[in-house]
This record gives sequence, structure tokens and C-alpha cells, in this order.
Amino acid sequence: MSSVDARPGSAASVEKPRVAFWNDPEKRGYIFQAVLLAAVVYFVYSAADNALANLQKQKIASGFGFWNNTAGFDIGQRLIPYETTSTYGRAFWVGLLNTLLVAGVGIFFATILGFIIGIARLSKNWLVQKLATIYVEAIRNTPLLLQLLFWYNAVLKALPEVRDSLAIPGGLFLNTRGLFVPEPSFGPSFSWVLYALGAGILGYFGFSRWAKARQAATGQIAPLGLAALGLIVVFPVLVYFLAGSPLSFSVPELGRFNIRGGVQVYPEFVALVVGLTIYTAAFIAEAVRAGIQAVSKGQTEAAYALGLRPGPTLDLVVIPQAMRVIIPPLTSNYLNLTKNSSLAVAIGYPDLVQVFTGTVLNQTGQALEVVAITMLVYLTISLSTSLFMNWYNARKALVER
Amino acid sequence: MTSSASSKAYVQNIPAQVLPPPASMVGVVGWLRTNLFSSPANIALTVVAALVAWWLIPGFVKFLITDAVWTGSDREACLAKGGVLPGACWAFVKDRWTFMIYGFFPVEGYWRVNLFFLLGAIGLTWMLWLNAPRRDLGLIFFLVILPLTVYGLLSGNNPVGFLTYPMDLLAGKNVAMAGIFSVLLFLVGVFVGRIRNTSGKTSLVYGVIGLVGLTAFGFVFAKLWAGFGLSQVDTAKWGGLMVTLVVAGVGIVASLPLGILLALGRRSKLPVVKFFAVMFIEFVRGVPLITVLFMANTMLPLFMPDGANVDKLLRALVGIGLFASAYMAEVVRAGLQALPKGQYEGAMAMGLGYWQMMRLIILPQALKVTIPNIVNTYIGLFKDTSLLLIVGIFDFLKAIETARIDPQWAAPTTSPTGYAFAAIVYFMFCYGMASYARMTERRLSVADKR
Repeated sequence: MSSVDARPGSAASVEKPRVAFWNDPEKRGYIFQAVLLAAVVYFVYSAADNALANLQKQKIASGFGFWNNTAGFDIGQRLIPYETTSTYGRAFWVGLLNTLLVAGVGIFFATILGFIIGIARLSKNWLVQKLATIYVEAIRNTPLLLQLLFWYNAVLKALPEVRDSLAIPGGLFLNTRGLFVPEPSFGPSFSWVLYALGAGILGYFGFSRWAKARQAATGQIAPLGLAALGLIVVFPVLVYFLAGSPLSFSVPELGRFNIRGGVQVYPEFVALVVGLTIYTAAFIAEAVRAGIQAVSKGQTEAAYALGLRPGPTLDLVVIPQAMRVIIPPLTSNYLNLTKNSSLAVAIGYPDLVQVFTGTVLNQTGQALEVVAITMLVYLTISLSTSLFMNWYNARKALVER
Repeated sequence: MTSSASSKAYVQNIPAQVLPPPASMVGVVGWLRTNLFSSPANIALTVVAALVAWWLIPGFVKFLITDAVWTGSDREACLAKGGVLPGACWAFVKDRWTFMIYGFFPVEGYWRVNLFFLLGAIGLTWMLWLNAPRRDLGLIFFLVILPLTVYGLLSGNNPVGFLTYPMDLLAGKNVAMAGIFSVLLFLVGVFVGRIRNTSGKTSLVYGVIGLVGLTAFGFVFAKLWAGFGLSQVDTAKWGGLMVTLVVAGVGIVASLPLGILLALGRRSKLPVVKFFAVMFIEFVRGVPLITVLFMANTMLPLFMPDGANVDKLLRALVGIGLFASAYMAEVVRAGLQALPKGQYEGAMAMGLGYWQMMRLIILPQALKVTIPNIVNTYIGLFKDTSLLLIVGIFDFLKAIETARIDPQWAAPTTSPTGYAFAAIVYFMFCYGMASYARMTERRLSVADKR
């Protein structure tokens, strides 16, 4: 079925032997492709035909007209204003933002935990290494859904009622209704602090570029850590106080039956973040371990032989090479986390799948459109990430002879 | 430090006695020093880790074993006594055990499920044990005989009823269906002939033998099956661990051939084939499994002609099978890419055709190096079967979820116990597969080292 790999110089000069067309790989290839194309077209056509007939029979509307209809259901957690009178389109955005929120928070924590566990797995300390191994094996070999149900049903549902909330130092309360944290309220001059932070980060990058160039030219090492501390931490803090401390917290207060003030973090969100973080961290840990092990010991030894001390060796030799190996699996783990956040539907966190493929689909019955939109969203996220990865890999790939 | 008495020179001419290593470097003390207390930072780490272990491990042991309730007939046994909550409520698992394994399968049919477990174990051992005798037969058993037998056993339907379709041709009814199946059975015969290296007329003879022989077999078997009289069990009654294993098994059996085809398609030089393979793989890998399951659940019935009712479990199977095969395709592709180009060129120079080259030269080598990754995909597939509970299939996790909220066993520790049990079962399967992958990896690396 495959076409013959025509070698330059041979195919042109030598006349092809005469063979029956069913024995000619090239012609066979065309026939095979034509059959495949016809089969796919027929399959798609008959499926679409059946779907149209079935939809008409079941009197289900088609098209995206439902987008602007009133949704009529409520969503607990929302990042943008949403009422029961809002449209399905609005519900879509609420769900999408909730998905992105839980994915972002999950990625943040999973990265930190994953790097810690991954390094711990390579620790020379026997106890630390064994604990990390147990963690990775236990987490990787049980389904995420089971872990989510465990966190939600067995841990968070078993928390005390509001009256007996667990008080966590710092004004936090934990009970069956979720986690209550102080709500920050920003004064008008708080924007100055943000500007200062942005300027500090920009300044730091400029400084580090200059320092690198100077080190390459003269060998003098600039105090980068000190500069980072000064520009990114001290400078914004100074501005904060100069602007008159424009940040205050409204601390939640425990009443008899409810909690006043503060921000309520829903238990579904907590369970999902905890579950996703712990699960993905185990996979990230494996990626980190593989990446560090991929840097051969000779690299470290050669760096020592050149007179580099352990710190710069790690900074300049080991980490850049390890990151080359770590980043691709790391991104695919981020992607997996984002896709796995769709398991929210099992514990009732209003993410895209729960809101859209769940409630909206049930109310409108327009399975085709709703599932297609949901898939399109995830596809967009995945494909743009893999485009980014291709670009990154091309940039970072080892240039070999 | 001795020197020879006969010489005045201070030159030592007999070897110095080998001293034992310092006491602090050997034995338990030495091990502790190097592994736990080698530096101040290490000591600090050890203390922290020991605290974590001290906090976690006794808690687990107490909950799961020493404080656990092992006997009892209802929730009373697992309630707090004297204000102290007991540990895991294993009595609950013991009581609901059959429900978690068999779901709503009729009690008198449990032997059928048990036989399914046994046959599955035999097929799996045959495939996984790398030195087992006649692994080619094992493959046929695993891929053809086992699925059909299990389908017949569990559903009670004649698993090879389709073999008698060509007979409708003689009666002149259902011509289209009968025609298609006649051609398929004929092709099976030709295929067997081809494997035995026949060509031309001999192949056609094999085809006719395949058609007639298989139809006759189907006819006889149908009579036998009817005489056997296995009661039919609707898939809605299947449940528990059995469904999880059925789904995982179907996924495992279906995803490898499909994945290989997709991988070959993706590396094909035919643009149309390549296009569809890439589209399928990237699409499926880009979306969460749950949306694929929703699609299979809500959209598949829409695509079917009016009146065709697709079984709910079958829909889920289609979803999981397609999903797993896309991932499998990428794993196989990695294996294909790892082969040096000389293997392809050598096969072509020998005059092998595309399929011969793949079957005899490329795939055996490519699949061998990918066994660990294939098993890892299977582990993912096995864990993913738990998502079936979201689309309303009664799998193992759903059985646990149903059992744990049973009012008869409502106690504070029931839910954690149910989840612990589920975790242990899933862990055993997945860890077993992972260990197998590691073992083959070691074995293969030995072969590579030479």
C-alpha cells in the first residue's frame, strides 16, 4: 500500500518494470487512499444524515441560537457577575473562567510540590527518598477520580459544621461550607504598588542582562540576588508604605450560624485543587527526576574540574540541561491537569464541563453543539500549548553537528 | 608498622596489614551516618522526614489494621464507642463484598463471572510471561477466543452468532448483511492462507475453506449454545469490579491494534491516510476523556440510524477504546521512530512488501522497546475506567460510592473505609502492571548491554 521510496538518480534513469496495477505500490496507494476517503466521507455523511433525522424526530432545535437564551439556573462560584436570568453564553464564560482558575491554581501548587518531591526522590537521605517514593507510587497508581471523591466526600464533608469551625491562625476558618479567608480590599492608590512591582521586575531583568554582559566581558560577578531583593521586594514595599498602606483585610467573623465577611472558598474548589495538585505533583516529580538524572555525572565533574563551585555548577551547568529534558513533560502534565480538571463534574465544582456539558446540555438537549463547543475549548488550549512547545523545543534543541 | 630485622634501612618490605574500616563507617552505624546523618542539613532533613513518617505511618496502621472493626453485621459495629471512633470499618466491606465485585449480576450466575476472571488471568499470564510456550497461540486466545468467550459467558448471547449470517444468502434474506459477512469470512480464510505463505489459487482455496468452514462451525455452535441454555443477563445488571475489568480488558485488547494502525497511518507516505490519522490522534489527545465519554453517550445514538439502539456500556466502550488507541498510537510511533532507518531499508532491499516489512521486521522490534510505555498506557486506561461512573455506568468505583452511602452501614468511618478499599484494589492492579513494565525494561536493557 505504501509508495516506493524513489531514490534520486535511480528512478529517473531506470524505466519502471511493467506490472499489473494491483501490484504497483504507487497505484495501489492511490486506490487505497480513494477507498479510505470514500469510506470516511460516507461515514460522516450518513452520521450527519441520521443525526438530522433523529433531531427532527425528537424536535430538538439545532444551531447556536440557544447561546442568547436565558439560562435560568444558578452557579455557586463565579468570577464574573452572573444571575439566573443570564444567558447560556454567560454561563459558558463563567464555567470557562472557573476551569482556568482551578487549572492555574493547581498548576502553581503542583509545580512547587512536584519539584520538591522530584528532588527528594534523588536525595541521598534514605528516609526522605523512601517517603518520596511511597508518595509517588501511591498517588500514581490510584485513579484521580477516587482521590477527588476521597478529598471531597471523606475529608471535606467530614469537617465540622459552621458553629464549630476550625480556626486557622491568620483569620481563616475551615468548615463544611469551605474555607473562609480574609478578603483584601485595595485602596485607590494601590495601583502605585503594582506599578512599582512591574518597574522593579523590568529593572531586575535589565540589570541581569547588563550583569551577564559585564561578566562575559570582564568576569566580574554582580550581586544578582541582592538586586532582586531590592528591586522586586524592597522597592514595592517602600512604595506601599509611601502610598499610605492602601491595603486592608476584612477578616471573616464567626457567627452562630454563618460567617460574616471574608471570601468563601467553596469546598468543591478546595477538593479539586488539593486532588489535582497532589495527583499531578507525583507525575511532575517523575519528570523532574528523569530530567536531573539525564544530566550525566561527567557534566558536574567537568564543571568542578573547571573550578566552578557547587552553586554555579548547579546554576550554569546542571539546571539548564535538566530543564531541557524537564520542560516538555512538564507542559504535558500542565495540559493533563487542565484536562483532568473536567473531573470537577463528579464533585459538583462548576467548571466548563459541569456547567456546559452538564446543566446546559440537559436543559437544551443540544448535545451536538454543546459537546462540540466544549471540545473546541479544550482543543484550543491543547493545540496552542503544543504549538508553543514546538517553538520552545526548536529554540532549545541541542544543535548537533 | 614493622620492618625486617635483617635490614637497617627504614624501608618496609612487607605489606602493611589491612586495617578494618573505622567502626563508624560500617554496620548499622555506618549506614546511618552515610544515609541519614552525613551533614547538618542532612540531619535536619532526617528529623523533618522522621516527624512526617511518625505522624503518617502509625495513623495509617492504626486506622487500617489495629483499630479497625473486622466483624459486625451493621453500622452499630462501626460507631464510636465511649467517644472514641474506631478505625476502618472492614465489616462493611466484608458485608458488601459481593456487591462491589459483581454489582447486580444474578447470584446464580456468579460462576460465570468467576470463570471470566479465571480465563482472563490465564490469557494475561500467557501474554505477560515472556518465556511461556506457544505465545502465538496465546495471542489468538487473548485477542479472539477470550473476548468472544467472555461476551458469551457474561451476556448469555451466542458470541459467534454472526458466523451464520452467510446462510441467509441461501435463503435470500438480509442480502446486504449476509454479503458483507460472506466477504469478511472469505477474507479471514485468505488472511490465514497468506500467513502460511500461500499465493494465487491456493489463497482462494483458503478463502473458500474459511467461508464454508466458519459458517458451518457457526451453525453447529449455535445449536450447541441453544442446548446449553445460559440465561441472558442485560448489561444494565453488570456492575462492580467485573465491569471495570471488562472495560479495561476491552480497552487493552482493542487499543493496541488500533493504536498500531493509527501509528502506521501517521507515519505513512500516503497523504490522505496521514491526514486522517493525525487529525484523529491530535483531536482525541486534545480533549479530556470525560468529553469523549459524553460524546459517545449523547451523540453516538444521534448518529445511528433510527431504531438502532446502542447499548449504554457499548457506547462507553467505544469511547474508552478510541481514547486509549490515540494515546497508544503515540507510544507506538515513538517506538517506530526509535528504529534506525537501516532496518526499513534492509527490509525493502530484501524485497519485502509494506505489510511484510512491518509484520516481520519493524513491529517486532518497535513493540519490544515500547513494552514499558505500552504498559504505562494500560495503567492510565485502567485508572480512566473509573470515569465511567460519571456517565452512569456501574463500575467498581460506582459500586463503592453506592455501598458507602447505604444507610445500613452509615457510620463516620464508612466512606474512608470504602475509599481505602477502592484505593487498595486499584493500587494492586496498577502497581502490578508498573512492576511488570519495570521488569521487562530491565530485561530489555540487559539485552542491549550485551
